[in-house]
Amino acid sequence: MSIMSYNGGAIVAMKGKNCVAIASDRRFGVQALTLTHDFQKVFEINDKIYIGLGGLATDVQTLSETFRYRVNMYNLKEEREIQPKTFAHLVSSTLYEKRFGPYYCEPVIAGLEKDGSPFICSTDLIGCTTFPNDFVVTGTAEQQLYGMCESLWEPNLEPEDLFEIISQALLNAVDRDAVSGWGAIVHVITEDKVITRTLRGRMD
Amino acid sequence: MPYDPHPNHEGFLNSVGSPIQHRFNPHTDNGGTTLAIAGKDFCLVAGDTRQSEGYSINTRYAPKVHELSNGSVLATSGMYADSVNLVLNIETRLEWYKHKHNKTMSATASAQMLMTVLYQKRFFPYYVFNILGGVDEKGEGCVFSYDPVGCYRRETYQAHGSSAALIQPFLDNQCGAKHQNIKEELLTLDQAMKITKDAFASATERDIYTGDYLEIFVIKKSGVTKHKFDLKKD
Repeated sequence: MSIMSYNGGAIVAMKGKNCVAIASDRRFGVQALTLTHDFQKVFEINDKIYIGLGGLATDVQTLSETFRYRVNMYNLKEEREIQPKTFAHLVSSTLYEKRFGPYYCEPVIAGLEKDGSPFICSTDLIGCTTFPNDFVVTGTAEQQLYGMCESLWEPNLEPEDLFEIISQALLNAVDRDAVSGWGAIVHVITEDKVITRTLRGRMD
Repeated sequence: MPYDPHPNHEGFLNSVGSPIQHRFNPHTDNGGTTLAIAGKDFCLVAGDTRQSEGYSINTRYAPKVHELSNGSVLATSGMYADSVNLVLNIETRLEWYKHKHNKTMSATASAQMLMTVLYQKRFFPYYVFNILGGVDEKGEGCVFSYDPVGCYRRETYQAHGSSAALIQPFLDNQCGAKHQNIKEELLTLDQAMKITKDAFASATERDIYTGDYLEIFVIKKSGVTKHKFDLKKD
């Protein structure tokens, strides 16, 4: 069994019309044994950028703290908020620093750019970035999420429709993955606010 | 002398003097995806037609959904050579049944027969994931889903093959009404056709082993009709 699927998990981010959404399951487990169902995998960077970290749970927490430190240092030095594109490069270079002894973590980033246009990005565990214009997925339910997103997603979704689509995609995907699920959390980032909702899925 | 699981009878040695091991794996995966949906008075069975091995495409048209002589339809995915022999085996048994009992075998009976045929090769299996679709004695659509050694179950919808992980949650949502606050009802033929085409179009986008053409068989009491559609060929 790969170390990437030791703890399990599923994360997805989607573009909408002047909005972007990111969602994850909330399970923390060791192989088939579930330990908690309130585990945080999506982290707020600022009120326009969220990052989801999928993979080995210990590296999820280490990296979330590393990114918090580096973004704080950026804010202090630059005296301004970091932009999504800049943050994606920060993530990429942080991961590539450990090229030959990597963090077992595949992040997805969701954010709104200065002009209000949606931004999503995913990287592999050594920091190779991709910037698609529809959706990004990561985690052990990756295949199930690709199947759901590919059939449910459409361009220019309004925030409430985007919330419904990403929730349906995630909930149905994790029910076909034994090591993901046990509740979910969804963030929809818009120009003036962030809508955060926790979902109760199948808790078995 | 210790036990050697791979004795080298020829006594060949390579350039550094150690024995060369030769292993042959009799099973191979030729990819492809199949799907079936049961309705009130019909059954829909579908499959793509791409046949692959590794990163190569052997052919763009190798049908893996087979219409059987008793009026039911068998969708096979996994190893193509085994599926050809399995269908031959099943057809022989259907023929013999007809001569012995002077009637064609029902869909439910052939479902149970397929289980015994698969389990007879329990320790050298047909490497095939089967879905059998037909119309049962009551005239209702029936879908039976199998693993390679014959473990089977009646379902209302099922996806198998290289894109099963992509399509199955979509079917849960659209056919099983999972996570929707509506009652689960059997689909109409129109709805089932639309969902099947969407499912395969989506799977083709992300799965390299699925594509080229989509074949859909619709089984009703009155007979079987076949439809063919294009899928992306990249």
